[in-house]
Amino acid sequence: MSEHNAGGVSCRSLLAGDSERGSLGNGESRASTLRPTETGSELAFTDSRCDEFLLLNKLPSRAAHRTLRAWWEAQSWDFRTESGWDFERLVDGLAAFLGANAAMGESAPLRSLEIRRGRDKSGRPEQFDLLFKPGDVVCLVGPTGAGKSRFLADIECLAQGDTPTGRVVLIDGNAPDPDSRFTGEGKIVAQITQNMNFVMDLPVAEFLKMHAESRALAAPESAMQRVLDAAIRMAGEPFGPETPLTQLSGGQSRALMIADAAFLSPKPVVLIDEIENAGVDRTRALEFFVDQGKIVLLSTHDPLLALSGARRLVIRHGAVQQVIEPSPQEEANRVRLAALDRRLGRLRERLRLGERLDEPWEQLVGEALT
Amino acid sequence: MKLVTVAGPPSSGKTAIILKALAHLQGAGRKVGVVKFDCLASQDAERFRAAGIRSITGLSGNFCPDHYFITNIEDCAAWGRREGLDLLVSESAGLCNRCAPHIRGHLAVCVLDHLAGVHTPRKIGPMLKTADVVLVTKGDIVSQAEREVFAFRVRQVNAKARLLFVNGITGQGSWEVSRLLDAAPDNAPLTGGKLRFSVPAAVCSYCLGETEIGEEHQHGTVRKIQIEEAHHV
Repeated sequence: MSEHNAGGVSCRSLLAGDSERGSLGNGESRASTLRPTETGSELAFTDSRCDEFLLLNKLPSRAAHRTLRAWWEAQSWDFRTESGWDFERLVDGLAAFLGANAAMGESAPLRSLEIRRGRDKSGRPEQFDLLFKPGDVVCLVGPTGAGKSRFLADIECLAQGDTPTGRVVLIDGNAPDPDSRFTGEGKIVAQITQNMNFVMDLPVAEFLKMHAESRALAAPESAMQRVLDAAIRMAGEPFGPETPLTQLSGGQSRALMIADAAFLSPKPVVLIDEIENAGVDRTRALEFFVDQGKIVLLSTHDPLLALSGARRLVIRHGAVQQVIEPSPQEEANRVRLAALDRRLGRLRERLRLGERLDEPWEQLVGEALT
Repeated sequence: MKLVTVAGPPSSGKTAIILKALAHLQGAGRKVGVVKFDCLASQDAERFRAAGIRSITGLSGNFCPDHYFITNIEDCAAWGRREGLDLLVSESAGLCNRCAPHIRGHLAVCVLDHLAGVHTPRKIGPMLKTADVVLVTKGDIVSQAEREVFAFRVRQVNAKARLLFVNGITGQGSWEVSRLLDAAPDNAPLTGGKLRFSVPAAVCSYCLGETEIGEEHQHGTVRKIQIEEAHHV
């Protein structure tokens, strides 16, 4: 049968590093840094990660073989015909496995994120171009359905005038590489929302290790420790590395998510969606992100958080209708709100310890409300 | 006409994300259809009809679902052409994870969901490994960290695919998916084309309706599990 179909390539050309999926015929060349090196027989086969690959796939051990080809040829005929693998597939599989870290790759730190104005739901032009820098905290306010999600989605997919809003997103002043736009690794936004949970059944430390591994960090242990320390400082109640994720309280797991996003996630932009009342020290959480040079987008109607931003974007009818910078009075009010928040935190802590809250009101709230 | 194969475990959100993505294409004036391959039952035809999408349902019943798919896809594509479709989506559940309905030269999509856990990408097999686009659903309810680990694990088995987080309920990411569907290869030949991964080789007595258990009933190609005995001292 001749291979005349659009994407048909022979095994030989696959081996030569040609990707059948790369030649779909849609005219797009994909950034593929992950080709099997030249031929499978030359694929690096001395790394301990090769052992990991074999183990994961329940394949016989590497033994003394120095190339994948030699290892393959040493296997029995039965194995080679019935294991569900063939050599080409093995080359591809190993290359993907070894290349995964590079694919998740560390991109150069973001210097600026620019959002050029688009149009609202009726097609009327938006009024503002926006420029965000690392360490900026920006709040998004507006009723449900106003277009907050679309605004964030425009950033997520690095819109180039081709989304319903017509916005254009520039990174460091330039249009992003088109190939990176429609792939998870090209995405720059990490999210923390009210609805998120840990679903993995693992102790905290093991989970953090798993995340650190995907980042191929030089010092995964110290990165893990930083996340853990930060999370404990934000959450009211301490927890340890051996605590199972699924047993964390709401506040603890939110704190861990925040610390992880600040210190372990490679995404330069963090979106926080409605995390009020989660039992987390929110002011401290923001400080972590700012210290790490993240651009923080807060979708919130919590007064303390909303006033913490250097800017407040009011979104209505699908467009940014207003950009509010806090006035001196708002700033003064924020300081008072923060004191009130700490006060409330102490009341929560007293309840946790089994105390009564029965002193007179003035004493209970102290100077915070006066 | 473009033909796109979409595969993924049951209840991973294939139909939901297809509906959302196709709505964008319908809005752009494209004529779209879906053929749904399933084993025993499917209620999705109703959902497609409600969305104004032409659809047919194929139930494999007693037949191997993957064999059933490959022996019928040409007829389905011919139907799509008669209907004047711009895009036909073939949707099938990943029935045993051993197979994949993906065809060379045609855009291949795999749908996975975060709730299945971070070990899932390692268990899925060719349906994921040979896909051009991997859509991961239900990311709104798991932590960002788990999403990143999941993406990494997908990368470990498929280095080349485009990987997108989508939400079949809110439609987040569906616009991006619609762009990818719209850029799928057009009029790629099907007859004479090739599956990206072979279907199983076994032809045994159970394939032919045997139900009795026991060595004497096992004929044809059978494979025995290798059990390593512990060495008792």
